[in-house]
Amino acid sequence: MNLPTSRARRENLFGYLFAAPWLIGFGGLTLVSMTASLFFSLIHWDGINVDTIRWAGVDNYARALGDGDVAIALWNTAYYSFVSVPLGLAFGLALAMLLNQPLKGVTLFRTIFYMPAVVGGVATIMMWIWIFNPDYGLLNSALYRFCDGLAALGWEAAAGWRMPSWIFSQDWAMPSLILMSLWGTGSAMLIFLAALQNVPDSLYEASDLDGAGRWAKFRYVTVPQISPALFFNLVMGVIGSFQVFTQAFLMTNGGPNKATLFYVLYLYNKAFSDFELGYASALAWILFLIILALTALIFRSGQLWVYYEGE
Amino acid sequence: MIDHRVQRLLLRIGLYVVALGLSVVFLFPLVWAVGASLKPLLEVYRYPPSLLFWPLRWDNYTEAIAKLPFLRFITNTLMISTAATLGQVLSASMVGYAFARLRWRGRNFWFVCLLATMMLPGQVLLIPNYLIFKNLGWVNTYKPLIVPAWLGGGAFFIFLFRQFFRGVPADLTDAAHIDGASEIRIYASIILPLARPVMITVGVLSFMGNWQEFMMPLIYLSDYQLYPISMGLRMYQQVEGGSYVHYLMAASVVALCPLVLLFFFAQRHITQSLLLTGSKG
Repeated sequence: MNLPTSRARRENLFGYLFAAPWLIGFGGLTLVSMTASLFFSLIHWDGINVDTIRWAGVDNYARALGDGDVAIALWNTAYYSFVSVPLGLAFGLALAMLLNQPLKGVTLFRTIFYMPAVVGGVATIMMWIWIFNPDYGLLNSALYRFCDGLAALGWEAAAGWRMPSWIFSQDWAMPSLILMSLWGTGSAMLIFLAALQNVPDSLYEASDLDGAGRWAKFRYVTVPQISPALFFNLVMGVIGSFQVFTQAFLMTNGGPNKATLFYVLYLYNKAFSDFELGYASALAWILFLIILALTALIFRSGQLWVYYEGE
Repeated sequence: MIDHRVQRLLLRIGLYVVALGLSVVFLFPLVWAVGASLKPLLEVYRYPPSLLFWPLRWDNYTEAIAKLPFLRFITNTLMISTAATLGQVLSASMVGYAFARLRWRGRNFWFVCLLATMMLPGQVLLIPNYLIFKNLGWVNTYKPLIVPAWLGGGAFFIFLFRQFFRGVPADLTDAAHIDGASEIRIYASIILPLARPVMITVGVLSFMGNWQEFMMPLIYLSDYQLYPISMGLRMYQQVEGGSYVHYLMAASVVALCPLVLLFFFAQRHITQSLLLTGSKG
């Protein structure tokens, strides 16, 4: 860039000054730690005694490829991601479309739907543990009453149905966590809502003239118009879902029988319980590569289905 | 004609029923937890469970607070969250300003780097960061939870500020430039006062995020006197084989209260800022 005037030179200086906090953090912490992490992934080390460092080369990566637990953790994480993200998008879009209707009290509904997305953390995880309790929890209590009702209506067999054990059952633990994730779909909903409010009315009016039905309008007007929001939510959802940790750590600790052994939980155990820093670093880099590959894939596919104004 | 109107009325009623039903679904976990926090332990473990129990056992709350150093946990959380939030709001607004309004060499390159960090999972940095902070003697202090917050506050918040600052008309700052005002004065006395809605949004979201943070305290804090509430709740969960459910629920409800209140006061600003940013892409 050419900086002819003193004002431009001053602006350049102030630019660096204002960006300094992030530049320092990025250079001093992010880049340094990334390099260090890459180096750690190539050694064996317990993280305590420097004398115990041994060169590993690609051993840690090779070990990850043959590690049955890594395969389980990857499968679990991918399963969670590929089910919870599309469900969350569909649910979030449905909620946004509901809120886009001219209803009274729409602000209150929006507040209620959005709240669990930001107000959460350990406190709500504790609540969900109790909700999922097979004997004394909310879910089974509701199901129990529902089945009782069915039996009272004459469907006798319903009274004998067994209730799922939710997070305490190998088969139900993962669906439980997915169900819980839907409760926090408010962020995606808000972004969809912004997109829906920006679809020009003229497009719907034009399709009315063409005699388009509800489905056709949704498919050929709404979906293309909100595709950038869909794209954004998809990318953020996938990146986030591959880093699930706290729920699995507190609710199931990876169980029962590794049914909720998520990738980051396994990584955490390797790093901070087993002190295999080299192996854990290799696992972190594999995760980074997977996320990069998935993001690249979504970006490539986006060229086919994301519609940008003015193209 | 009448048919058409009846149809539309029915549709509206249907929409209200769906919206109300969903509201109940979204609120019920909280209601259920409040209910459990007001039952005696025997009632909590009754089958089939009841939603509420009479009379309400308010003693659960006083007893829960007395069982573990609950007030200490809350004070710790307040200290950490306040310090980290201040850092995130201040540094993210500065960096966002640099990316939105100032022309400096390499700005576009650094902006791409900033966006790329969104894809970088924190786990890649976790172990080296831990070793760096350990060697600085920061383990069992709040520094690992606070200092990084002052270094830009994360790509998302920087992006939020940048989007907002780009929308501020150039005339406002041009006039100040002609009067010879420095960039720092323009930022502090023109830009920041305008940015109140975004400051509130980032401030509240950041405060809630810091309040709820679990993995960082789990890794860096081992002395329970230093625990924030997220780790404190885990102590309630673990104490005496989990026989503290009613206390755990009471503590969780108290831990959530400030967040729910904060959310209801700030939600108008938050949703509007996010709707605005979202619509600009």
